Amino acid sequence: MIETMNKPVMIQVEDLNTHYGDRQILKSVNVTVHEGEIMVVMGGSGSGKSTLLRHLLGLEYATSGHIRILGKDITEISEMEMYELRKNMGVSFQGGALFGSMSISENVQLPLKEHTSLDEKTMQIISRMKLEVVNLSGFEDLMPSELSGGMIKRAALARAIVMDPKLLFFDEPSAGLDPVTSIELDELILRLRDAMNMTMIIVTHELESAFKIADRITVLDQGEVLICDTVENIKNSELNRVQDLLNRRARIHEVDADDYLHRLTV
Amino acid sequence: MLRSIENLGRFTIRSIEELGYAISLAFVSLKWLLLGKSKKQPVQLVTIAEEIVTIGVHAIPIVSVLCFAVGVMLAIQGIDTLKTFGAEHKVVLGIALSIPREFSPLIVGILVAGRSGSAITARIGTMVESQEIDALRVIGINPNRYITAPLLIAMMISVPLLTILGDFMGVIGGGVFASIELGMNMDAYLTRTLDILVPYDIFQGLIKSVIFAYIIAVVGVSNGFQVRGGAAGVGKATTRSVVMSISYIVVTDMIFTYFLNR
Repeated sequence: MIETMNKPVMIQVEDLNTHYGDRQILKSVNVTVHEGEIMVVMGGSGSGKSTLLRHLLGLEYATSGHIRILGKDITEISEMEMYELRKNMGVSFQGGALFGSMSISENVQLPLKEHTSLDEKTMQIISRMKLEVVNLSGFEDLMPSELSGGMIKRAALARAIVMDPKLLFFDEPSAGLDPVTSIELDELILRLRDAMNMTMIIVTHELESAFKIADRITVLDQGEVLICDTVENIKNSELNRVQDLLNRRARIHEVDADDYLHRLTV
Repeated sequence: MLRSIENLGRFTIRSIEELGYAISLAFVSLKWLLLGKSKKQPVQLVTIAEEIVTIGVHAIPIVSVLCFAVGVMLAIQGIDTLKTFGAEHKVVLGIALSIPREFSPLIVGILVAGRSGSAITARIGTMVESQEIDALRVIGINPNRYITAPLLIAMMISVPLLTILGDFMGVIGGGVFASIELGMNMDAYLTRTLDILVPYDIFQGLIKSVIFAYIIAVVGVSNGFQVRGGAAGVGKATTRSVVMSISYIVVTDMIFTYFLNR
């Protein structure tokens, strides 16, 4: 058992069911994340991992189930309670989602401007400190369009951690990055967890990155949790779908003749 | 047949949904304007001022030129038509009444719809696609408070002010042509215009301009937030937004003109 398992529960997803139109995306998903833990959510395309992340962030409405973040059920709390809760949540989106009309420094300072009454100078110092953490000092006056892919990810990370959140959500940190930048970002994530004791949820499909940073891995497949365990146990799992994912094997579907004909002729 | 009925049903439901959403945006904006401070999320005056500069101040040159040109056109047509009855000098009456009541609000409305309505949709649509709207929400910033409310307020201040400018430039445009063509003194033209005009004429145009401003903002914002499908989706939504705004403006203008002149 890993040591974080004895720590307080920061995120608890209970029996979460979600739909997109008539299509069910997540099916009875249960996940628990402890303080200081790095939980990696993996799965193939369409497995529901991005949907799970959007629900954890309170960006979508669930069909049923509960999501407790820092003890508060976000499916039930008021707008004001969610607003307060968001101060403890940092998010780094896949494409960075930096505001194109603002400089890097203004992007990083935005959460401070919204949630604190600090003076301009203090906010500038804090944003410089965070940009220093992600090795982007000296770039604060540039616009997002002037940065490379890796720099955008790091700037987005600086904005995500500017409020010193207890929870950090990271969508595909390695996507679209070269191997060296990707490894640097992984190390940065580990450093942040150790230095700030953040609890992290990281959605990725990069195996190498996941094995390096994860305390535990949740593998989603077609909206269901296939397995949620430590890196070692995941590697040794005997489940076919997990091994398919780990060994990059294509799925072998048994073709139902009637179903196939129905799909072609409908 | 069954599919046509189904499509009609879907279209009706979608239209009602969109109408409901458009109306709710006004209430949501009003809510944030009044209660934003108590929810620790005030609508920023500086953002409203920035939007007024973009929507209003930057449109001053083009509104001036277009309304001046419309004034000249009205004078040309008016003098030509009234010549038949030997009543060329009555052109002053036509210009004085039609510019503030009709042409200025309509021209300004169409111009702002094309210029700012499209920009609003493209901007919000791009923000949706690049997850900037999601980023705002996770930071704890309500997008309606941060984007919709300032835009709606700025639009409802800018468009009536541009309409007043349009009134002035249209009347001047008509006056310049009339004074050249009919040898009329410009002072006499303006005095005659002021004699004819009553506050209600200006007020009628301003009521319309406020409604047009609401239409442009709401259509622009709602189309922007509903963007799906990448760059092509943004392009489609922008076109849709301009066509919808202009259509609604023209139809609303017709309805209001009917009721305001009874």
